[in-house]
Amino acid sequence: MGKREFIVWVARDYLKCTGCRRCEIACSIFHEGWIWPEASRIRVFMLVPGVEIPHFCAQCHDYPCVNACPVRALSVDDDTGAVLVDREKCTGCGACIRECPGKIPFLHPGDGKATICDLCGGDPQCARVCQEARFNALWVVREDKSRWGGFSRKLFAQMPEDLTRDVAVNLYGEKAEEWI
Amino acid sequence: MARGYAGKFIEVDLSSENVKDITFNDEILKNYVGGRGLAVKILWDRLGGRWETIDPLGPENIFLALTGPLTGIYPGSRVCISGKSPQSNGIIGSTVSGEFGNELKCAGYDGIIVTGRAEKPVYIFIADGHVEIRSAEHVWGKEAPETIRILTREAREILGSMWRNAGAIREPAIIYCGPAGENMVRTAAVMQKISHAAGYGGYGAVMGSKNLKAIVVKGRGPMPSVASPEIVKILLREVERSLLERDRLRRWGTGYGGYEVGARLSSEPVRNWQEEWHDEKSFSGPKFDFRYWVKRYWSDFNCPIACMKISVIKAGPYKGAITDDPDYEMQAYLGPNLGIFDPDKCIYLSALMDYLGFSGINGGNTLAFTAELYEKGILTREDLGFDLNWGDAEAFERLARMIAKREGIGNILAEGTYRAALKISEMKGVDVTRYAVHVKGVEVGAHGTRSGLDFNPIGYACSPQCGDHTSGVYDAYNDTVIVFLDSAVVCSMCSSNLIWDFYGAVTGWNLTKDEWAKTLGRRILHIQRAALLLGGPDIFWRPEVHDDNPPRFYEPLPSGPYKGKTTDRKVFEEMKRQYYEAMGWDERGIPKSSVLRDLGLEDVDIALEKIRGQT
Ligand code: SF4
Ligand code: SF4
Repeated sequence: MGKREFIVWVARDYLKCTGCRRCEIACSIFHEGWIWPEASRIRVFMLVPGVEIPHFCAQCHDYPCVNACPVRALSVDDDTGAVLVDREKCTGCGACIRECPGKIPFLHPGDGKATICDLCGGDPQCARVCQEARFNALWVVREDKSRWGGFSRKLFAQMPEDLTRDVAVNLYGEKAEEWI
Repeated sequence: MARGYAGKFIEVDLSSENVKDITFNDEILKNYVGGRGLAVKILWDRLGGRWETIDPLGPENIFLALTGPLTGIYPGSRVCISGKSPQSNGIIGSTVSGEFGNELKCAGYDGIIVTGRAEKPVYIFIADGHVEIRSAEHVWGKEAPETIRILTREAREILGSMWRNAGAIREPAIIYCGPAGENMVRTAAVMQKISHAAGYGGYGAVMGSKNLKAIVVKGRGPMPSVASPEIVKILLREVERSLLERDRLRRWGTGYGGYEVGARLSSEPVRNWQEEWHDEKSFSGPKFDFRYWVKRYWSDFNCPIACMKISVIKAGPYKGAITDDPDYEMQAYLGPNLGIFDPDKCIYLSALMDYLGFSGINGGNTLAFTAELYEKGILTREDLGFDLNWGDAEAFERLARMIAKREGIGNILAEGTYRAALKISEMKGVDVTRYAVHVKGVEVGAHGTRSGLDFNPIGYACSPQCGDHTSGVYDAYNDTVIVFLDSAVVCSMCSSNLIWDFYGAVTGWNLTKDEWAKTLGRRILHIQRAALLLGGPDIFWRPEVHDDNPPRFYEPLPSGPYKGKTTDRKVFEEMKRQYYEAMGWDERGIPKSSVLRDLGLEDVDIALEKIRGQT
């Protein structure tokens, strides 16, 4: 077991997401050194205007992606619970994407390797900027390691289309069906 | 290569279907930056010699969608739409928020230049280096929600086949015109998302004239690299921090204006500007806020302010209408100015105008103008086909749809308030231009000058953007800041004093506000002024007549705490004189030869010779 008593998890409230995409900017600056929305580990989907879905790894308890990888390029960070990608080993086959219930991993537009949220080593930059703006779409919650599995994180690994449908109906009402 | 720029532009000739990459050298980029500035340069270089002969709705006009070096990097991503304006016959830089600008830069392009005219409806599809002209026959005639839905689906399918296995494909950014634009209605906007509009200028009609329904773009690359990345990152944090302090704008946007501007400032249009005061609490900020806003913070790429709000009507006959805010301008123009004080009706009509692809300000102004003519008995039930009483949302919807389709009287009103006024005056034998609240063909923003508490007397009258409330003039030096924001192409609500340093760190080129205000920005304004005064081909402006407020702005306010007040002619004339002088324009308002030559604008000077002798 790692150093922490708690693992961090980024709770998401799609209804509150403003679509500012500053999480993408913060993420890509942290991981890529520069603004690169399509390389951000958190990507905001706006399949319907006004319905913004920040889409990123939910850290499923059973990590289907990790188990799917034929070359064992994926592993779980003992400390944070994040999925780590060994970019040397990854062949860009896309097996992890296919196995993820939300099709959340993606192949990096630069090196073509699987790209997944690593929780910034325990201090998620996306949640920071979202909180700083008081948008509260992203919110770091601490999960007691001894109660690991206490709630079903995997339920948050959903397809952007499905999330969009739910949020659109919530915001726009029955008419929302026309939009998707 | 210039830093902060993607490094190339796409030029699409819709007549020959020829697509090519073009570049501008560093000298041009340094001087004209991007957006409004570069648009002015491109338009003037290509059309300046025969400006008066160019029909803005003909194939020889050029449609521009340009970013700037700060787009996507500095907070508040926008794109600047331009061309020869079918409203003013000059050049207007019309910016709109959204992801189009940053997507375009990530696709490797700084802008799009569209010439010619397609034979059949088309849209332009861009994905990284790939540019394609595609049929738009299946979206032609469609309103905003349908258009977005169809094009988003289609684009995601194409992208999915291009980027196989890469993971879930996001939506592209889309700019498009609605039915109003397709039918070349001069008050048509270039739209983005559901309700974001590049409203001023009438560029939706220019898209329509080219049979261009939309431009769809997705970029997977990084933002272009910058000269001093570490400094840019620090400045970005600093600017964001200051923007996060704009509490009121963040919490309410401008969506509390519908009551406040009328009740407190007496400068809100009411019943075609017959009044500028109201105290209708039914139309108050909290009403909109708590009954309709389902999202209190709605942003576009890289914006920490989120001044937009999303309104949805959840009950009653207008159930299901969705629009942003409505922001103050929409509240005013689709509310009190139509005699409407019921937020349900205002939201419903705002959404309608968006879906039909109107500029809510410009098109809303025409609706009110028509209603006043009906009130005065100049236009009758026979002319319209129905009654058009103040407050009657159904009648206004009918009228808006007729204008969008150019049906019946709609065909005349589709020419915009002023041109319609000229035609109706002729038709009816009475001068109705005094009821047309516009400046040089551009219907004015929802801020009056009469109470003296809001817009200054020369704000619209002397602006090269005419009725555009976002670019009013006052002081020849500081006014250039907005020209910079429109040229660097960022949102004007995200302005900060740090922007000059920001620009330096992004491009590696030094620029001070002083240099911009005295030289670079001034050049852009002179060219805009020249194009406006050359005008044509259908209407020519004479500064001694048309550098003025709408006639209504000189009538005394009939109601409210500022009853009796009006715009003071003398003050106006004196301010105008001072402004001309500060700009280096002669007593008729024409840029002086010596001033133009000092700035290296000989060709502008030569072109203006044509109108110098006129009186
Ligand atoms: S920072 Fe927050 S509000 Fe902004 S896009 Fe990301 S999740 Fe949404
Ligand atoms: S959400 Fe997807 S990427 Fe994240 S752990 Fe689950 S399967 Fe893996």
